[in-house]
Amino acid sequence: MIIMALTPKDYEQMNKKASPPTKSYLTIPMAFLIGGLICTLGQFLTNLYTMLGLVKEIASASTSITLIFLAALLTGLNVFDNIAKVAGAGTLVPITGFSNAVAAPALEFKSEGLILGVGAKMFTIAGPVIVYGTVASVIYGIILYVFKLY
Amino acid sequence: MATRVGKYTIRMDNPPSIIGFAAVGSKMESEGPLAQNFDLLCPDSTLGEQTWEKAESRLQKDAVNTALSKCQLSPPDIDVIFAGDLLNQCIGSTYGLRDLGIPFVGLYGACSTMAESLSMASLFIEGKMACRTLAVTSSHFCSAERQFRFPLEYGGVRTPTAQWTATASGAAVVGEKVSPPYVRQVCLGCIEDLGIKDANNMGAAMAPAAAKTIQRFFEDTYTNADNYDLILTGDLGTVGSDLMIQLLEKENYQVRAKHKDCGMMLYDLNNQDVGAGGSGCGCSASVLCSTILPQIKNAQLNDVLFIATGALLSPTSVQQGESIPGIAHLVHLSSREK
Repeated sequence: MIIMALTPKDYEQMNKKASPPTKSYLTIPMAFLIGGLICTLGQFLTNLYTMLGLVKEIASASTSITLIFLAALLTGLNVFDNIAKVAGAGTLVPITGFSNAVAAPALEFKSEGLILGVGAKMFTIAGPVIVYGTVASVIYGIILYVFKLY
Repeated sequence: MATRVGKYTIRMDNPPSIIGFAAVGSKMESEGPLAQNFDLLCPDSTLGEQTWEKAESRLQKDAVNTALSKCQLSPPDIDVIFAGDLLNQCIGSTYGLRDLGIPFVGLYGACSTMAESLSMASLFIEGKMACRTLAVTSSHFCSAERQFRFPLEYGGVRTPTAQWTATASGAAVVGEKVSPPYVRQVCLGCIEDLGIKDANNMGAAMAPAAAKTIQRFFEDTYTNADNYDLILTGDLGTVGSDLMIQLLEKENYQVRAKHKDCGMMLYDLNNQDVGAGGSGCGCSASVLCSTILPQIKNAQLNDVLFIATGALLSPTSVQQGESIPGIAHLVHLSSREK
């Protein structure tokens, strides 16, 4: 019995050659385009809400709420993942991605009940974003505080 | 009785027959190139059930009942059933088969389970421990996604090397020697790990196991690819198939001309969005039971090596940064008893 004289390192080289890479020349422009469209929609909503007489802060918050609602609705209608397949980070990075990351597990795990399913699993994807987002904001706050001392 | 040949291979001196077989699938499988070979195709992937897990159990139950009715048998005629799936604690099998009243052996070999269960089913016949046995496996895209990856509606993007879990099941009834297809030899594989850590590239993780099992079988039996009509791997997909062929070439075995992969046969890789190909216990099981076994029965294919491959990972092992061990079991199927 001859043992294949192949180390994991050699095999990794073979694997790299055999595995097709992500077509970045297609995915990056699509992410830019659709991500940009979502941001344009956000700006349009902000302008619309301001025109309707909301003050700036409330108009911005209302825009976020609208985008979150739309993404959650599209997730429930089984449409969001089809858009995301084409848009990639274009839908993932804006607040729409966060909404989808909460709505998708909530839908998926309803078969395990409201407590251990929806309640417990809702933040499996978005949870880390909240945790490390909060941690980052604390660090940012401390830096800001220190700089303002002098 | 069975005889050990070389170090790894077991030869059946009185080769058991596969007397009945059936394959069931769902929507994606009905849109694939093998659709007309399936016994049952349910376009609704819930199969009318409340949960994805129940849907998978239903697939397995349907495959078993169809295979039994095709050979005019009923559950009491079966002495032991070997079954497996991908779900935690193998609930696809246990819930699917609990009403049948057949002595049950649950197996886990990830996507290699069909070759594992078929080996056991055949060896039980060859050893005269049973008159009729059954081998069945299943997988369901939706139940596998929620256990191994993300919720279905989550907008994460798959990498090009990722594979698509088949929503399918295949069942084979094995009995004493009567007519082809015969199970002539089996070669149980060892766990192989060449350090692949990417759970989205399981073909690469399993290819070394497939190559090693085939190599050992060739060495034990003093044969090579020329002695067989088809070398059918389980679900290596495009990436894994390419790597396995290269690994065997390094050992001077040329299998490219005879090789096909169930994961590449089940779907139309150009028009169905399945990444590098199909995967899951149901992939190799349904391709074998829908397409390959009928061709051996009609002697369109004479000698086939069926090598189902499995990636023995769990979501926990992946999160802990472990590499992915692979396994491959080989079953030599033939239209001739000798």
